[in-house]
Amino acid sequence: MVPDLYSMISLQDIHKKFGTVSALQGVSLTVEPGSIHGIIGENGAGKSTLMKILTGFISRTSGTISFENKEVSLQSPQEARDLGIGMLYQEPLDFPQLSVLDNFMAASTDGNPARQRQMLTRLCAKFGFELNPGARQEKLTVGERQQVELMRLIRDQCKVLILDEPTTGISVAQQELLFATLDQLRSEGTAIILVSHKLAEIHSLCDRVTVLRHGKLAGEQERPFNEDGLLQAMFDTLPSKTSPPPQKETGASILTMEQVVTTAGRVGLDRVSIEIHEGEMIGLAGLDGSGQSVFLQMAYGLLQPEQGRVTSPLHEEDLVMRVFLPADRLREGLIAGLSIREHHLLAGNTSFILTGASGRARSEQAINTFSILGNTETTAEGLSGGNQQRLLLSLIPEGARLILLENPTRGLDVQSSQWTWQHLRDRLPEDGAIVFASPDLEEIMEQATRVLVFFNGSIILDRPTDQTSYQEVSRAITGQVEQP
Amino acid sequence: MNMPLTSRFSTNILQFFGIMTLAAGAVCLLLFMLDLSPTSIAGAMAAGSFTSWLKFSQILSIWVPLLLCSCGLLFTFQAGLWNIGIEGQVVMGAIGATILLRLPEGVLPPTITIILSLITACIGGGLWGIFAGVLKNRGGVNEIFGGLGLNFVAQGIILYLIFGPWKRDGIASMSGTDIFSRELWLTTPTGWRVAPAALGLGIFIFLLSWFLLNRTRFGLRVKAVGINARAAQLFHIKPERYGLMAILVGGAMAGLAGGLQVTGVYHRLIPAVSSGYGYLGLLVVMLANYKALPVPLIALFFAWLAAGSIQLPIMLQIDSSLSGVIQGACVLSALLVHGLRKKKGAR
Repeated sequence: MVPDLYSMISLQDIHKKFGTVSALQGVSLTVEPGSIHGIIGENGAGKSTLMKILTGFISRTSGTISFENKEVSLQSPQEARDLGIGMLYQEPLDFPQLSVLDNFMAASTDGNPARQRQMLTRLCAKFGFELNPGARQEKLTVGERQQVELMRLIRDQCKVLILDEPTTGISVAQQELLFATLDQLRSEGTAIILVSHKLAEIHSLCDRVTVLRHGKLAGEQERPFNEDGLLQAMFDTLPSKTSPPPQKETGASILTMEQVVTTAGRVGLDRVSIEIHEGEMIGLAGLDGSGQSVFLQMAYGLLQPEQGRVTSPLHEEDLVMRVFLPADRLREGLIAGLSIREHHLLAGNTSFILTGASGRARSEQAINTFSILGNTETTAEGLSGGNQQRLLLSLIPEGARLILLENPTRGLDVQSSQWTWQHLRDRLPEDGAIVFASPDLEEIMEQATRVLVFFNGSIILDRPTDQTSYQEVSRAITGQVEQP
Repeated sequence: MNMPLTSRFSTNILQFFGIMTLAAGAVCLLLFMLDLSPTSIAGAMAAGSFTSWLKFSQILSIWVPLLLCSCGLLFTFQAGLWNIGIEGQVVMGAIGATILLRLPEGVLPPTITIILSLITACIGGGLWGIFAGVLKNRGGVNEIFGGLGLNFVAQGIILYLIFGPWKRDGIASMSGTDIFSRELWLTTPTGWRVAPAALGLGIFIFLLSWFLLNRTRFGLRVKAVGINARAAQLFHIKPERYGLMAILVGGAMAGLAGGLQVTGVYHRLIPAVSSGYGYLGLLVVMLANYKALPVPLIALFFAWLAAGSIQLPIMLQIDSSLSGVIQGACVLSALLVHGLRKKKGAR
């Protein structure tokens, strides 16, 4: 065992500001060689910012980093690499058109294919991976691509290995192999940092865990872990409910999904079955990219299921009764360069011939009703985030029956958020439903009448909000559900 | 951006002068390096074009097909498509017209034949456009590669026709098919180099294009698809369908240009019937920043360069390809100025 004073990498009082926003505030952590250190936290807790600082992609605002007890500047990815800090990204960084061997050789100083092939075969044998060096990278599964990356990092003798949600999208067998590999690397003295939101993973692998919340250190534990303590540190405790969502009588079904399977998105959807009824306000919870966004696109009809069925009485009747407001408003929802008036012309029923005055009355009315800061000729990109959202909301046709929203209050200040929710609640017709995804659990518990928790592409919890607790939902987000 | 109209207008004017100064500077620099005088060249080119109506109408005869191609390209550019296949669409238009113009005498009255031939020209060009569009929508072939391939196919077809089924009596030659009988020519008065009907059609198509793009629901939807196909879907607009319609309209206009070259200019089908006006149209539209209004003026400027440069070898022993250099310099300057402005705006 190495003496306690010796650390592989140590961060002291790291701060990071983006403009006026603080992403990290005084985070410190020390990782010893031959250990696995877990980092957990909710969306936006600062995990990725911390990892980007460690790999030299972004520079810290203040704080010190020492590597093998020597202070380092760590200002570029090159420097991190030279020190021996390697990272396995959630989405493998590889060249899909090249062979496994070419990918393995990339970034190596030794360009001798025969030697590299030998090395690859040896490493594969050691860790029990079955990779064909001649296969094209794009034919591989996510888990196998990850293995190629991992082999590359091991070949370069990386001393600090960072893994970002490594079990997302890989099979159970691959996961077991990965864990065995990490075990082996730990016994050989590598310092491993594991970023994860899955408590089961933390339990089975980590020696120590750091919890981040809102960019601050929220807790630290050594094995054996106290799960409730970790959960409490991860999530804010919810103050007593401010305004319980009005529970409406739920009516007939609007949309049904039966055993829907797709591989779209990061984790796809895995046999999702759900029925959405009139009068419901459904909140989709889960870590980013756990399937919420794919679910919304599927419900709108932008994606078709690979297996299973999506049925709705609205489908054939008329499409206009469904609306989808994406999270990236300017990139996915609005058309840059077109004015507020032109957006209303696109959304409404318009005659074939247009004049400069067409749609002016309609858009002026919308500007007043929705308090949009702009005039009829203001273009979409000229509006602030809050006003872009107001414009999108103003485009929802009268009598829309299924309103799907992705992070409806993203980037909005408190006032605009409140306004948005007030508007949506007023807007929900007797025979309609609203489904929204939000990274903010508090928002879901406050606004929704029913919550669906997504985990790895499945819905693992489905409850009316008045029959569940903040604790139950936050546990579900990390993959913990009580079996009924 | 929320600018009052007048200031937006003055920014555009300013930008235009910026582009022109940059282009003129680059061309003058090149000429100085070659020890040539820019003034004498400009003088020679002006003398070759503005001194008489005959000479000016020569410019107009280039202006018409260039304007038609540029108008067609406005639609595809607005829909976010790079219609490189426009050359092939011109060629297929010319072939479409020739089919009608080669009908045995007396089947149809000449005027009707001409009108129908222009319609078949539109159909020929439009179908060739649709072809590229379907390749993209159904086969996943990028319209640039599809278009380029179809250009070669069109060139192959026209050579086959000229050297095969439509060859002149007894001989096959690069100079084209037999000349059509006179009553199948678009009337060109003496002292004119351009048929008034062609001129009228060019102006009409330009006005129609401006109207369709700026004053109809169709134009707005095409624009929406071109800017953000993903978002357009949320407005219940099918991007593929509107892309296809844009390339159909664009191809038909290019085809009309080909048809007019056949009936109005060459009076026969020749292998080089497109004369590169399609490619030149790409430059015109880029210089116009993909907007309709500046297109006729820029097309006129380019037509003048093309016509005027013919004088250069005779008067100054300079190769006429200088006009291509000037056109290229203008477009590169325009792309540079627009690019810089976008970059500044993005910050």
